[in-house]
Amino acid sequence: MPLLSVRDLVVKFAMRDETVTALKSISFDVARGDRLGIVGESGAGKSVTGFALLNLISRPGFIDSGEILFDGMNMADMSDAELREVRGNKMAMIFQDPMVTLNPVLTIGQQMVETLQAHRKLSRKEAEQIAVLKLREVYIPAPEERLAQYPHELSGGMRQRIIIAIALLLDPQLIIADEPTTALDVTIQADIMELLLELCTTKKVSLILITHDLGVVSQMTENTLVMYAGRIIEAGRTREIINDPQHPYTQGLINALPQQTLPGERLKQIPGNMPSLSAAPKGCAFNARCEFAQDRCRMEVPNFEQIGPVKVACHEVRRLHHETHKQEDLA
Amino acid sequence: MFAYLMKRLFQAIAVMFAISLISFAIQDNLGDPLRELVGQSVSEEVRQELRDELGLNDSFFKQYTRFAGKVLQGDLGTSYFFKEPALDVILKKLPATLELVLGATIIIIGVSVPLGVYTAIKPNSLFSKIVMGISIIGISIPVFLTAILMIFIFSVELRWLPSFGRGDVVHVFGPWSTNFATVDGWLHILLPSVALASIMLPLFIRLIRAEMMETLQSEYVRFAWAKGIRPKRIWFVHALKNTLLPVITVGGVQIGTMVAYTILTETVFQWPGMGFMFLEAVNRVDTPLIVAYLIVVGFIFVVTNTIVDLIYGLVNPTVNLSRMDA
Ligand SMILES: Nc1ncnc2c1ncn2[C@@H]1O[C@H](COP(=O)(O)OP(=O)(O)OP(=O)(O)O)[C@@H](O)[C@H]1O
Ligand SMILES: [Mg+2]
Repeated sequence: MPLLSVRDLVVKFAMRDETVTALKSISFDVARGDRLGIVGESGAGKSVTGFALLNLISRPGFIDSGEILFDGMNMADMSDAELREVRGNKMAMIFQDPMVTLNPVLTIGQQMVETLQAHRKLSRKEAEQIAVLKLREVYIPAPEERLAQYPHELSGGMRQRIIIAIALLLDPQLIIADEPTTALDVTIQADIMELLLELCTTKKVSLILITHDLGVVSQMTENTLVMYAGRIIEAGRTREIINDPQHPYTQGLINALPQQTLPGERLKQIPGNMPSLSAAPKGCAFNARCEFAQDRCRMEVPNFEQIGPVKVACHEVRRLHHETHKQEDLA
Repeated sequence: MFAYLMKRLFQAIAVMFAISLISFAIQDNLGDPLRELVGQSVSEEVRQELRDELGLNDSFFKQYTRFAGKVLQGDLGTSYFFKEPALDVILKKLPATLELVLGATIIIIGVSVPLGVYTAIKPNSLFSKIVMGISIIGISIPVFLTAILMIFIFSVELRWLPSFGRGDVVHVFGPWSTNFATVDGWLHILLPSVALASIMLPLFIRLIRAEMMETLQSEYVRFAWAKGIRPKRIWFVHALKNTLLPVITVGGVQIGTMVAYTILTETVFQWPGMGFMFLEAVNRVDTPLIVAYLIVVGFIFVVTNTIVDLIYGLVNPTVNLSRMDA
C-alpha cells in the first residue's frame, strides 16, 4: 500500500460570482520513502494540491470530493482533532517564503517547542533539547543560541533551514515542500535543495517537491507529475519524463530549459499563457497553445492513459509517440 | 535607547511649543484682562498705565517669552474666578478626570479585545453580525445622547445607579481622592465611564477585528495550522499578539484624545473633573484657567504618546530601542 494515495481529488473556490474548480479530479500515489516532483506553470494548481493534502485549504476554497488516503486514513473527511494529529507530525510542510513563514513575535525556540508539545507530552527543557538536535541536523551554527532569537535576526537561508528543522521535528513520513527556494538568494538555493535531499534520503522520508524547475526535479525526485490548469497531464518516472516527454506541454517545458538553449540563443518559451480557471477552453486546456491540436482537442477532454512507461492526457499522443519512435527506428 | 529617548523628548518639546503658542494666542485675544481686574469704572489713563505695568503693550515676542518663562516655572496665571493659581485649580480636578479616563480605558480594552477577536474568528456567526451592526450604529450616536439615555434607564427608571457626582471618594495623597476604594465610588464612576468608553468602543472593536482578520490570513498563521497547533494557541498567541501591536499605537493616541472628550461626559454627569471645570471656565471667560487647561491637556497627550511608543518598542521584538536612532 502506498503511503499516500490521492483519488479523484476536486478542489473548488467559491468566488463572489461563480465557483471555480482549481483541481479537476487528480489522482496520484506516493510510495514510502519516495520523492515526487510536481511541476507546471504558475496557477497550475501545485500549491493548492500541496495544501489540500494537509486538508488546509482555507476559505473560500474547499475540498469538493475525492479521497486523500494517507497511511490508510482519509484526510478529506477527518475531524479537526484528527487532522491536527497528522499535521506537523506525520505530514509536514515547508512553505515558499521563509521571510513570512515564521511568526515575527515568537522566538525560534517558542515556535519549535510548541510544535513538539502539540504532539508529544514533553517538558519545555526536553523539547528544547530535541529542537537543538534538529537545528544541528540542518547545519545551523550555535543552535542553542538560536532558540532565544527572533526570526528577524536571521537571514532568509537560515530561516528556511529552521523551517526545515521544524518540519523534521517529529520525524514525519511525508514532507511537502512548496517551492522552498524560490524566495532565496540564487547562491544558497542549491544548498537548501541538497540539504533537503540529504535529509530525506538518510531518514527515508517521502518528499513532495513543488517547483517550476524541471532541472531541480530531475536531481531531486524519482517520479514527476506535470500539472496544467488544475489537471495532471503527464506522470511517471522522472527519468522517462525528462528524457522522453510525451505531452506537447511537457515537451515545451523541457525545450524552455536554459540547458536546451545554445549560448546567445533566446529561451524557447511556450507561446501564450495558461488559461485562467474561469476561462478554461472546451476540450484540452492546452489546445490554444498546442501546435498539434486537432478538432477533437477542442471538443473533448483527453483521458489520462498509460503510453509506454508514463501516463499522459493527450488525444494526439499515440500518433506523436508512434511517429517519433518510427523515425528513431529508421535512423 | 538613549538616542531614541532624545528623539522622543525633542518631539515632545516641539509639540508643547506649538501648544504654548496657541494657548498664548488665545490668552491674547480672549476677553480683556483689565476688565476682569478693575471693572468698568476706571479712566482711560489709569487703564493705559495699568496696561504698561502689566506689560500688555510690549511686543508679541516679549510677551510670549515672558508667558513661556512663567509656564516653565509652573506659573499658569491666577484664575479670575477661584482667585488661586490656575495650575492648582486644575491639579485638584485632574484626578477625577484621570480616573474617569482610566475607567473608560479598562472598559474599552475589556470589551473590544474579546469582541474584536471573536468577530474576526467567526465573522459569519449571528452574534458577530449583531456586534458589527451595533458598532455601526454606535459610531453615529453622539455621547451626550448615550449618556442621557443611560441616565434615564439606569438612574431614573431602574434606580440602580447614581447619575451625578463622584459619590464617596477616599483621599489617597495630595489632590488625589479615588473612586475605586468604595462601593459607592464604583457605582458613581460606572455610568460616566461607560458613556465615555462608548465613544471609542465601536472604533476599537472594528480596528481589532480588521487587524485580527488580516493576521489570520498571514503565512505564519497558516504555517502554525500546518504544524498542528491548537486553535486557541493560534488565535491567542500567534494571531492576537501580532494584532495588538498596531492597535497599541492607534489606541494610545485615542486614549490621549479621550481626555479632551471628557468635557461632554463630565458635564452631563456633573463629574467634578477638569473637563467640567473647563466648560465653566469658558462660560466665565476665565482666560488663565482656559489656557492652563489647554497646556495641561496637551502635556497629558504628549506624555501618553511617548509612553505608548515606548511600550510598543518593548513588546515588539522587531523594534530594537537601543538601535532605533533614525
Ligand atoms: N485563495 C484563493 N482564492 C481563489 N482562487 C485561488 C486561491 N488560491 C488559489 N486559487 C486558484 O487556484 C489556482 C491554482 O493556484 P496555485 O496557487 O495552486 O498555483 P501554483 O501552481 O502553485 O502557482 P505558482 O507557481 O504561482 O505558485 C489559481 O489559478 C487560482 O485561481
Ligand atoms: Mg504555488
